[in-house]
Order: sequence, then structure tokens, then C-alpha cells
Amino acid sequence: MKQHLKDYRLFLMVLMLNLVLAAWNPALIRSSAAKSGSFLLEVLMIVPPVMVLMGLMDVWLPRRVVERHLGADAGLLGAGVALLLGTAAAGPLYAAFPVAVSLQAKGARLANIVIFLGTWATIKIPMIMMESSFISLRFALLRLLFTIPCILAAGYLMERLLPADVLSQQQDQVAEH
Amino acid sequence: MSSTLYTIMAVALLLSWWRDPEKTRRALRISHHSLRGLVPKILGMISLVGLLLALIPPTAITSLFNIHGLKGFVLVSAIGSLITMPGPIAFPLAGSLLKLGAPPATLAAFVTTLTMVGTVTAPIESSYFGKRFTIMRQSLSFLTAILIGLLMGAFL
Repeated sequence: MKQHLKDYRLFLMVLMLNLVLAAWNPALIRSSAAKSGSFLLEVLMIVPPVMVLMGLMDVWLPRRVVERHLGADAGLLGAGVALLLGTAAAGPLYAAFPVAVSLQAKGARLANIVIFLGTWATIKIPMIMMESSFISLRFALLRLLFTIPCILAAGYLMERLLPADVLSQQQDQVAEH
Repeated sequence: MSSTLYTIMAVALLLSWWRDPEKTRRALRISHHSLRGLVPKILGMISLVGLLLALIPPTAITSLFNIHGLKGFVLVSAIGSLITMPGPIAFPLAGSLLKLGAPPATLAAFVTTLTMVGTVTAPIESSYFGKRFTIMRQSLSFLTAILIGLLMGAFL
């Protein structure tokens, strides 16, 4: 329950602020409430179905098969698999960190870890539907088109610039603590 | 458009249920779980955006997003870099900024840093992957965002 209230602290703080301001300027708060209300309606039309689609993808994409193809000898295929894997799961970027660590433990190369994280953050088919609903389809597709090469480039660049054991060093430190 | 999403959801659910009811139940549990996690954040964002839109004149927000040239992209990307937001929160926010008159190219840079770069979550990332990896990934993502913004400006 305590955790629950903590999650709502931003909402509660804004609500209190609204109440305080309402005493001083009621018209302002009416406008604030109306704007939040129409925004809420819009979000309700889009977010729930997208979350259901993401749940379905999470269950139907065979993650274990995919994890096998991320190793050092996996070339472009590995990058493709990293892209697919990143698009599959639900959750914010920090939910991807432990998954990436487990991929690394299974032998995935550094470039593929970076590609996986980048894709997780930006590319998801249900998310593209959400992006095109809130902005436009053209916007979503163009951004996707530009993002993929950037993520791939970042992955291979980081693999070049960082020592190969940069990730395992960190994991050793974590294990020691 | 919005009814389209619910239609796609219904068709996908029916197909999935027909293939495997147990898997579908698991999928719905995952959806329910992530949706419940999103509710407080979305409510917070919606109420804050409503209040800010009422307090700040729209022209001030529009002009922030309309600073021309590289400087504008860097500024907007930097604001987006403060916190990491998942798509379901970042896109509605971008949509409301679009309605206020923010240009799509700047929004593309903003959304990219919102989802990929997070100063607040950097310590978590660093505890998993180390400082060098984190700083490098986040700076490259920041550059990516500006590049994407410039490209979007040229093509949209």
C-alpha cells in the first residue's frame, strides 16, 4: 500500500496544487481540469488496446529461440535478432537492463546488447501504432526509418571503442559487493 | 483511428484465444500488470500537463519548440534527456505538444531522448553495465536524437 501511494505522489501533488490554486483563481483550475479531462479521454482510446497487443507479443514471440542467435559469431543475423527481441517485450527501458545482462551472460556480443537496448526503447510495433495515433503515421514511419541505422551504428561503434570485457568487469564488481 | 486500435486488439485477442486460451490468459495478465504500473504515471502526467497548459501561455511552449537551428534541437533534446519515459507516456505528451504547434522535427528529437536517454535512470543503468558503457550509450543516443530531428526536418 505504501508503495502504491508513492506511485501516485506526482498525481496527488498536482491535485493539491490544483485545490490550492482553485481558491485563488477558479477559472484557471476549470481550464486545467478540462484540459486534463480531454487528454485522459484521448489516452484511454489509445493506451489500453496497445498494452493488450504488447502482452500478446510478449507471449507469442519465442524469446528463447531468439536468445540463441545473439552470440559473437552472429553477424547481421544477430543484429536482426537483437532488433526483433527488443521490439517484442513490454516495459520501459530500465526494465530491459536485467534482460540485457542475462543476454550478455548467455554470450551475446556488445553490439547486440546496445542494439537490443536501443530497440527496446524506441521500436515496438504496438508503439508505432500509438505514435501514429498521437502524432501521425508518416512521422512514426520516418522516425523508425532514421532510428534503425542510428541504433545499428551506435552498437558497432561502441563495440569498437570499448574493451571487450567492459561488461563482464562490471558484473564481477556487482558480484563482489 | 482510436476505434481501429480497439478493433485490432479484439481481432488479435480472438485469434490468440482460438490458438491457445492459456497463452492468451497469460498475455492478458502481462498487459494488466503493465497497465496497472502505468496508471499512476499517466494520471500524474495528465494532471501536470493540464495544469501547465492552463498556467503557461501556449505561445511560450510553442516558442520553446520553435527555436530554429541546431540550438533548438540541442535544447529540446536536453529537456527530453532528463527523464526516461516509456512510449505510452511519451507519445501522448508529444501529441499534446504537437497540438500546441510544436514542429514535428523538434518533437522527433524530443521523443527520441525521452525514450532513450535518462539522466535520472543513469545510475541504474550504470550499476548493470558500468559508467563507461552508460555514458557512451547515452551520449550516442543524444547525438542520434539530434540527427533524427535534423533528418525529420528535411523530410517532413
